[in-house]
Amino acid sequence: MKSFSLLSRGTGAAFLAPAGLLIGAFVIAPFFWVIFVSFTNRSLLGRTAVDPDFVGLANYFSLFDAATFFTRGEFGSSLILTIQFVLLSAVVGQAALGMLLAWMLRSVPRSLKHLTETVAIGAWILPEVVIAFAWFAFLDYENGTLNMIMEALRFPRGDWLLSFPFWAIVVFNTWRGTAFSMMLFNSAFSSIPPSYFQAADVAGASSWQKFRDIGFPLIRGHVVTDLILITMWSFNVFTPFLLTSGGPSYRTEILPIYTYRIAFRDFDFGKGAAVGVVVMLINLIFALFYLWVMRRRAKGVAA
Amino acid sequence: MRSYLGLYFTRIGFSVATALIGVFFALPLVWFIFAPFNPRAELGLSIPEPFSLANFEAVFQNGFAMRGLWNSLVQSVGGVILVGAGATLASYALSRSPIPGKSVITYILLLFSSVVSGSAAMVPIFLIINGIGLIDTQIAVILVFAGGLLPTAMFILRDFIDSIPKSYEESAMVAGASPVQAFFDVALPVIRPGIVVVVVWAFVSIWGSFLIPFILLRSSEKMPASVAIYSFYSEAGTPIVTLLAAYSLLYSLPVVILYLFVSWKFGFRFFGGIKA
Amino acid sequence: MASIRFKGITKKFGEFVAVSDLDLEMNDGEFVCLLGPSGCGKTTTLRMIAGLETPTSGQLLIGDRDVTFLHPKDRKISMVFQDYALYPHMNLADNIAYPLKVRGEAEAKRHARAREVADVLKIGHLMERMPSQISGGQQQRTSLARALVYPSEVYLFDEPLSNLDAKLRLEARGFLNHLQRDMGMTAVYVTHDQAEAMALATRVAVMDAGKVVQYAPPMEVYRRPATTFVANFVGSPPMNLLPVEATIADGALQLKADRVSVAPLPVSRSAAAALKNNGKLTLGVRPEHLSIARGGEANTVSGQLFANENMGPEKLVTLERDDAARFTARIFTDDVIALDATVTLGFSSEHIHLFDPAGARLPMDGEPV
Repeated sequence: MKSFSLLSRGTGAAFLAPAGLLIGAFVIAPFFWVIFVSFTNRSLLGRTAVDPDFVGLANYFSLFDAATFFTRGEFGSSLILTIQFVLLSAVVGQAALGMLLAWMLRSVPRSLKHLTETVAIGAWILPEVVIAFAWFAFLDYENGTLNMIMEALRFPRGDWLLSFPFWAIVVFNTWRGTAFSMMLFNSAFSSIPPSYFQAADVAGASSWQKFRDIGFPLIRGHVVTDLILITMWSFNVFTPFLLTSGGPSYRTEILPIYTYRIAFRDFDFGKGAAVGVVVMLINLIFALFYLWVMRRRAKGVAA
Repeated sequence: MRSYLGLYFTRIGFSVATALIGVFFALPLVWFIFAPFNPRAELGLSIPEPFSLANFEAVFQNGFAMRGLWNSLVQSVGGVILVGAGATLASYALSRSPIPGKSVITYILLLFSSVVSGSAAMVPIFLIINGIGLIDTQIAVILVFAGGLLPTAMFILRDFIDSIPKSYEESAMVAGASPVQAFFDVALPVIRPGIVVVVVWAFVSIWGSFLIPFILLRSSEKMPASVAIYSFYSEAGTPIVTLLAAYSLLYSLPVVILYLFVSWKFGFRFFGGIKA
Repeated sequence: MASIRFKGITKKFGEFVAVSDLDLEMNDGEFVCLLGPSGCGKTTTLRMIAGLETPTSGQLLIGDRDVTFLHPKDRKISMVFQDYALYPHMNLADNIAYPLKVRGEAEAKRHARAREVADVLKIGHLMERMPSQISGGQQQRTSLARALVYPSEVYLFDEPLSNLDAKLRLEARGFLNHLQRDMGMTAVYVTHDQAEAMALATRVAVMDAGKVVQYAPPMEVYRRPATTFVANFVGSPPMNLLPVEATIADGALQLKADRVSVAPLPVSRSAAAALKNNGKLTLGVRPEHLSIARGGEANTVSGQLFANENMGPEKLVTLERDDAARFTARIFTDDVIALDATVTLGFSSEHIHLFDPAGARLPMDGEPV
């Protein structure tokens, strides 16, 4: 006999169907399709566009070819570049700066707090194309705001996107994404009962001691969450393309840009798919780690 | 006394440091406040004299640019309708119906959606859209975004619906309502704040995105603003600064307005926690 | 109005048995309280009547309809929820009229009817307000109005007063009592508050671990609790219970315990059956049947003074015995009671309750079982 429920199984399945179809077609199917394509020499044009050959692991061999692995513009070099990019811009940049801001904002005047939050969030929510153009103007050699400041401070001008392209996208990504970490840590800090900090104040603790002994240990879980999320996002971010197009001479070609070049500039879909598979594997590791952390925390709360 | 002084200096030091970081975040944006209103704007920072709306007039007369904004609207609204409706129905089912393995489904979908990022899956997405003959159509952009955003939207909404007491629908049914009546009369209005958040988030995500329309669309009259903006580059690849600045401002406006709306309505922590 | 019958109903959630083989009849026009601690199955029982849970086995009848698998909307019932479940997006008029809207009543007609009920409940002037704009007591009455606005065969209440503060709760309780007399409705009312059950019910079903332990009118439950569990649950403070050694000698029942003296009692048939010759029993005396006494007399309990609380009209005097068991007396007097470290409390034989080692009541001869 059928048990009562707020929504019967049949209606529930019907409710799930539209979302299920869309996700199936444009998330799950691509996941398996990309694996399949990575074993072929599929291209955009020519015979192999219609009738690709099965090439086994050839695409992967070409990615991990020891002879060219570290050559600039090849997969290995791009992978290493991406790791450096993620470590510097996400872990060091966004997370550390976000933490510093979240902590300091607790004890600065309200107006300054609101102002700082507003500009940081502005950097985070504005469309990527707009942001990229703003930075393009900001870093311009002739008239850019940055060089104007450098000059006013009697430093030499720099042609930043040409001389320091990698550092430019690192700072750019830090600037773009810090708001998320800041807000996450901010709400984590405010979930700590104020009496904890007041007790430390009464005991005469300095701000650093309060951070080290109370603030940080109590939000450690949020730090892990934040690190995994921003690492995944930075690992897949395409926005630097809008600032540097991956150049000059592949020096800012992180994996998403590399994938784009292989697939849509060189039209080598097979190899592009193979890069996609590797990226997804790395994503999978992060995502599983994230879910594991979340589950462990959920259990910890229940216990 | 000592610790009082210490607190005082900490406050001053923090304020100075915060202000400096604030300036770091503000500087690249300052240019945007002035350049759109300066008919002689260049990449450098200068205060327009006089303030003028000439740049905007030029943009409004540029049919291609205006079409870009319209296309952005079509794609965002289309995507938002699919995400909003799909996620509401699906997360309601996940929360209220006795489907076995509900939380496993949610987590697997979430896992897939974070693994299959736009940059990892651009090749298969292109091939699938190509395969079903939708390449260079706006509906393709809408569908791809809907699929990609749905798992996260479902996750957020399911959390929200789980937190709503079942007694709302139960009381409606005891009073004589059918499950469908209870859903539309009672559950849907109560879930609405959650739907608003998801819809705003989806809109901003689609509105601002570049990569997906960039690889799925070919003809210029279908490009959204994020791609159409590159028409303000001359043949030589140098930007027409005045128009770009004005257009960027117009293009950013909906995002800013929605952000203000959400932070006014829900407080901005909602926005911050939305992806977490 | 209609009667309700449970026939061998069991409800399991996975492995957990919430309600176990329940047989219960509620007559037309009766106000039955399901009373018990949290997790005893009382709410599950109520929700099965509402149709919000489906029994794992057994049969449920309202009147002579088998409703075991019937959808809630088709059961002709009303229910007041613990959290009131007022729809936050509707004003009071629409909230109260919602059941009529579902039944297809025209707006003017259903609002008129809603107003009628609201006026009876003294919330008629609030009809344009939203639920968030009225007090807790008014919210409670709104949810009541929504349950009363349409004719039902059975009215269900799921701890409807538990979210009110003490004063409002008393007021609402009085009102419900009045309503029941007025309408003579068939009602099932879940509560963990024994005073509420006593005040409202025509019959109380005391539940423990998925079973009905006693099903009787309130005064019966109070005077002759069927088990030590009921004795301990009904009454405030609960009945004092004390393990005693019992022997049958010289044609009388002798009860012994350290620093307790009980005059020999007549041997009831139940005691004789439970004891054979001698054994352990549990002695129970209600706090309101105890008074200050002198040591050494018959029918007394002695111990060290533990607490002496002034409650206004009465005093609660608690003594603690060597085995850490406590005994509380509820004494109505305006006199200042002088107490020294040793306190002796006295009682009369007719106020003694006896329970066998399993906790079941040993009725006196002639007592209805």
